[in-house]
Amino acid sequence: MDLVKLQRQLVDYRDSLYHECFLDEQFTQLQELQDENNPDFVVEVVSLFFEDSERLLNELTKALEQQSIDFKRVDAHVHQLKGSSSSIGAQRVQKSCIAFRNYCEEQNVEGCLTCLQLVRQEYYLVKSKLEALFKLEQQILSAGGSIPI
Amino acid sequence: MTVERIVSEAKDQFPIGMRVLAVDDDPTCLLLLETLLRRCQYHVTTTSQAITALKMLRESKNKFDLVISDVHMPDMDGFKLLELVGLEMDLPVIMLSANGDTKLVMKGITHGACDYLLKPVRIEELKNIWQHVVRRKKFDRKDRINSDNQDKPHADSGEAAGMGNADNNVKVNKKRKDQKEDEDEDRDEDGHDNDDSSTQKKPRVVWSVELHRKFVAAVNQLGIDKAVPKKILELMNVEKLTRENVASHLQKFRLYLKRISCVANQQANMAAALGTADSSYLRMGSLNGLGNFHSLAGTDQFHNAPFRSFPPSGVLGRLNTPAGLGIRGLPSTGTIPLGHVQNSGHSSNDPNKLQSFIPGNHNANILQGLPMSLELDQLQNNKGVSHIGELPTANSSSVFPVPGSLMDARITGFSNNPILGVTSNSLMLEGSSQQAALHASNLRDGVSAIGFQNGNTLSDFASIDPVSNQLRDSKADLQGQATSINCNSGQIMTSVPQEWNASIPANGAIIQLDQCLDQNNSIFHRTMDSDSIGPMSFVDPLSIKAHNSAMEPSVIEKEGYLMYQSRPQGNHIPDNIGSLEDLASAMMKQDQDNGKPAYGNFGHNSYSHRACI
Repeated sequence: MDLVKLQRQLVDYRDSLYHECFLDEQFTQLQELQDENNPDFVVEVVSLFFEDSERLLNELTKALEQQSIDFKRVDAHVHQLKGSSSSIGAQRVQKSCIAFRNYCEEQNVEGCLTCLQLVRQEYYLVKSKLEALFKLEQQILSAGGSIPI
Repeated sequence: MTVERIVSEAKDQFPIGMRVLAVDDDPTCLLLLETLLRRCQYHVTTTSQAITALKMLRESKNKFDLVISDVHMPDMDGFKLLELVGLEMDLPVIMLSANGDTKLVMKGITHGACDYLLKPVRIEELKNIWQHVVRRKKFDRKDRINSDNQDKPHADSGEAAGMGNADNNVKVNKKRKDQKEDEDEDRDEDGHDNDDSSTQKKPRVVWSVELHRKFVAAVNQLGIDKAVPKKILELMNVEKLTRENVASHLQKFRLYLKRISCVANQQANMAAALGTADSSYLRMGSLNGLGNFHSLAGTDQFHNAPFRSFPPSGVLGRLNTPAGLGIRGLPSTGTIPLGHVQNSGHSSNDPNKLQSFIPGNHNANILQGLPMSLELDQLQNNKGVSHIGELPTANSSSVFPVPGSLMDARITGFSNNPILGVTSNSLMLEGSSQQAALHASNLRDGVSAIGFQNGNTLSDFASIDPVSNQLRDSKADLQGQATSINCNSGQIMTSVPQEWNASIPANGAIIQLDQCLDQNNSIFHRTMDSDSIGPMSFVDPLSIKAHNSAMEPSVIEKEGYLMYQSRPQGNHIPDNIGSLEDLASAMMKQDQDNGKPAYGNFGHNSYSHRACI
C-alpha cells in the first residue's frame, strides 16, 4: 500500500479515536515518552494494560458471582482498573469505572453487574481499536516510513 | 556511562540523578511512572510491593532520596508505608492515587506525605518533585535552630501539618528530622549540625525499651498534659539525650496515644466485652476493641474516656506491668486478674465467661491487638501465644482464650477459628505466676492461637509502658495490656465485624513482650497502629526473650488487613529490640520466613473504621 496513504489512514484513525473518546491526551503523553531510547514504549505499556485489565475483569466477574459479594474487594479492583485505564488514556473505560464505583458504594448488585458488562465492553472496544492502530503503525514502519505525530 | 560517573554526576547535578524509589502494584502505572521519572532524568528503582520497597530502603539508608508510592496496594497500605518510611528513614514520600478525594489527601498529609499526586501523573508534576528533597534538607537545619518549638507539646503538629505551606513543611520536616534524631543513641548536640551542609544526617537516638520506659515513666509522672520535653529530659536523666530527642519522641508518642484513643473509642464495646472490671483495664479495654468480648461489659466505663485522656498511670503504667504487655500471663494464682477484673464491676462478668477476655485479663483485649501474646508465651513458659490469632468474633464467647493458667493458652497461627489464641502467657499481663484462673478453662479452649484471620493483624502494639509492679495487680496488667491491645483490638474489632472469622484485624504490630516483662519492666511500647499509623517509634518491643517462640507473628496483610500470624517458632525475636527499626526488621524477618510482611506497625488500610485519621 502506498506509504503516504497509510500514514494518512493512521492519522485519521487516530483522530477518530480521540474524537470518540476512546483515547484522551494521556495517550498523547505516552506517545511523547516514546523515543529512540524507548522505541516500543507505547506498545509495552498498552500490552501491560491489556494483561492487567483482563485479570481485573476476571476477578471482578468472580467477585460478583459470589453469594455474598465483597464490595470492598470489587471496589478495589475497579479502582485499580480506573487507575490503569486513566494512565494510558483509555477514557471510556475510565469513565465506566467511575460509574461502577458508585454502584459499589451503594452496594447495588444489579448496578454492578450492569457496569461490569459495560466496562468489559468498553475494554474490548478500546483493545481492538488500539490493536488496529498498532497494526497500522507497524505497516508504515515496515514500509520504511515513520509514524506521523 | 560508568557507574562512578553517574554517581558523581548525580551529586553535582541535582536534581538530575536524584534517586527515586517508585512503588505501585499496578504494572501499567508503574511502568509509566518509571518512564516519566527517567524522562526527568532521575535515577529510578521500581517495585510493585511495599514490602520489597521497605526492605530496599532499610538495606541501605542512603540509597534513595525520595519515595513515590501508590496509596492502594495489596500488601500494605500506602499510608502505612508512608509512615514507616517517615519514621525510619526520614525520606520525603509522595503519595500517588487515582482517587483525589479530599479526605484521602488529608490522610496523606497527616501521615506525613510531602505531596499527593493524582493519577494519571503528568511529567510536569514530576519535574518538580525534587523540591521536597531540598526542602527537607534545608529545614532540617532550621529545625535544629528552632529548639523552642520543641518545648511545647505539639504532638499534633505533625498531624496537622498541611503540606501546602512552608510552615507545615517545616513542622513535618521537623518531625521527620526529629525522628531521625531520635534514633541515634549517641546523638550529638543539635547545635553541631546547624552549620553543616544540608546533606548531613544526624545520628539517631535509639529508643530502647529501657529508654522508652524511662520516658513513659517520666511522662506519667508529669502527667501527659504537662509533660514537656525539658522536664521529661530532666526526669529521665539520661546522658547524651537531648531535649530535641525527647521532644520528637514525645510528639510521636502523643500521636500514638491519640490514635489509640480513637481506637479506644471504637472499641468501647470491646472493652466492655473484655469485662475487666478494673477500671484501669477498662481504659485499656476500650482500646481493646475486642468487640467480642462481651464479658467486658463492665469495662464500658473505662472505655475511651480514660484512655483518651491518657491516664498516665493507667495506660502507661499498666502497660508496664510485668506482663509488659499484659500478656505476661495472668497471675498464676487462681486469682486471675481477669477474675479480678471481673469482680470489679463487670456487669456481665462471668469469670467463666471470659469469653472475650483475653486470658483472664483485659489483656484479652490486649492480646487481640497485640501479637504480644507471642511473647507472653514465653514469659509464661507456656507454649505461649505465638500469636494472636484470630480475635474471637463477637459471637464466640469463648473466643477469647484466656488461658486460665496462662500456660495453656496457645496462640496458634492463623486459624480460621476465631479463637483468640492468646496464650495464657501472653495474656497474662501480670506476673507470670498468676494463672488465668479466671477462666482458665474457658480460656484454654479458646485460646489456642490468636490468629488473625483474613490478615487482620495486630498492627500496632500499643505502647505499653512498663508497668510497674503494681501491675501485678491484674488490673494494672490488664490495663497495660489492654492499652496495647486496645489499640489493636480496637482496630481489630472494628474491622472484624465484617468478615472476621474471628480474626481480629490487628492493626497493631506484633507485640513482643519482653519476657522479662514480668513485672514491670517491660515496656512494651508499641504504637498502635490503628490505621496505617502508628509511629513505630513508640514501639518499644519488649525484648523478646529467646524463649519467646511464640511470638512471631507474621503479619499478613490481606485486603488491607494485616493478618497476624504468629509462628510458634523459637523465639526469633531478638532480645531487646530496642528500636522500632529492629522491631520492624525482626518482624520482617519473621515474615520473610513466611513470606509475609511483618511490621510492627501495620497500617491497616482497609480499616475504614478507623476513627482517627
